Amino acid sequence: MSWAPAELLACTIARLVAGAAHVAVGAASPVPAAGCLLARAHEGARPRISLLHRRSGNPFSEGSRELFDLAGQGRIDVFFLGGAEIDGEANVNLVSAGGRRFPGSYGSAFMVFAARRTILFREEHTRRVLVPRVEFVSAPGWSPPGVPRRGGPQALLTGRALFLWQPERRRFRLQSVHPGHSAEEVREHTGFDYDAPERVPHTPEPGERELALLRGPVAREMARDYPAFARRLWGTAAP
Amino acid sequence: MEALPANETRVLPGPEAIAAKIPDGALVALPPDYSTPAMAVVRALVRRRARGLRLLGVPVLGMAADLLVGAGCVAEVESSAVSLGEAGMAPRFVEAVERGAVRMRDSTCPMVHSALQAAEKGVPFMPLGGVLGSDLLARREDWKTIADPFSGAPLVVAQAIVPEVALFHARWADRAGNVWVGRRRELATMAHAARACFVTVEELREDSMLEDEILAPGVISSVYVSAVAPAPRGAWPLGVPGLYGVDDMHLAYYAEAARTPAGFARYLEEFVLAAVPA
Repeated sequence: MSWAPAELLACTIARLVAGAAHVAVGAASPVPAAGCLLARAHEGARPRISLLHRRSGNPFSEGSRELFDLAGQGRIDVFFLGGAEIDGEANVNLVSAGGRRFPGSYGSAFMVFAARRTILFREEHTRRVLVPRVEFVSAPGWSPPGVPRRGGPQALLTGRALFLWQPERRRFRLQSVHPGHSAEEVREHTGFDYDAPERVPHTPEPGERELALLRGPVAREMARDYPAFARRLWGTAAP
Repeated sequence: MEALPANETRVLPGPEAIAAKIPDGALVALPPDYSTPAMAVVRALVRRRARGLRLLGVPVLGMAADLLVGAGCVAEVESSAVSLGEAGMAPRFVEAVERGAVRMRDSTCPMVHSALQAAEKGVPFMPLGGVLGSDLLARREDWKTIADPFSGAPLVVAQAIVPEVALFHARWADRAGNVWVGRRRELATMAHAARACFVTVEELREDSMLEDEILAPGVISSVYVSAVAPAPRGAWPLGVPGLYGVDDMHLAYYAEAARTPAGFARYLEEFVLAAVPA
């Protein structure tokens, strides 16, 4: 059964968020949203998914500070973060690089501390994005002893590969490369050093059940909040 | 500038009258694009050639800020981000910051809320978890790392931010100057923290919203509101939840036009300078 790259990424995210009680998905993150909806379709009730981007039926009623307040209390298990630059110590830059200005840090400087796990997600996997050292640290990947911190990075997922974060070594470890890509290619396009097993496995392909869930209930739900994405990927429109 | 205590809310005729109340150089708190910016007043500020404004994004900014920056009304932006969302980067903002024409004070969303909450409570600063190790901290003279007086652990505090003006659009005001914002509570925080608060509304109501137990929890008391003015569809091209949606086509049109100074100037001619306020 053939599948689209975004479906493979959504399935990978669904595995990463397994077991979480509450995941929050920020603006312009259709693939993480699809992955979380798939995880919930698998598990039945969990996780609770707060899509921060919803134009109607937004999960919160205390304004935009509520997400941060409840994250500060420890009510968010998984959060997603992108990055104009990401380095090998899992530092994220959302401000500027090479004289170019990006939108800004959003809540990242707080959320990587407050959420139990942060999944770094960036489809572009190039030396431009995955750099030896970010020019500006919006959100630090780790903190020295004595700094209060509940959580940190869990993984870095790109269009070519999945890395898992090793907090004790403060380094990424290449977990798998996506079908159609190779470990050598990943090394070539990654600007930072990382650990890797001798034989790097392939990221599991989406199975029949996962694809059926993605193209059925997940696609229908996605059509409401991410209409352009759902139309492009599955040809579904909002009910 | 109006003094802070005991506001007697005035009802003004429209967006131009509100723009006339906002002085050049003022620190103006603005909501994100999803939280009903007073776009009709923003256009009126461009028409009155406002200068030197300092914008505070609560906690992020979008088209309102990009228009003001592009039109030369802004000296400084403090925000956690400036972006047009799905329509892409905020082109005039990006160009102005890269060129050094506008000073950017980078923040992070919950820190903006904390600094305004300090002002709301009348205390000098407010702590926030996290942020330690972020380069944001080194660039902010108004953020400090202290020892938590109870545990001794390091803790970041932000000095209170007291905007001179809070400016936004809302669905209703009543004749007493109470303003309904519903669940958009960041608008209430802005109004509470600022020395003056100006609001355009879709509709002026004849009843008192504080007498209505269903509406009252979504109301900002008139004690915080300096002036209201009617402006039907005053958030356009952005939306008012439950009433009208974001004009995505227009936002995409703007994002494309504003990529060049010439395109932006044509946009201003067509939609801002020539337009007589409704």
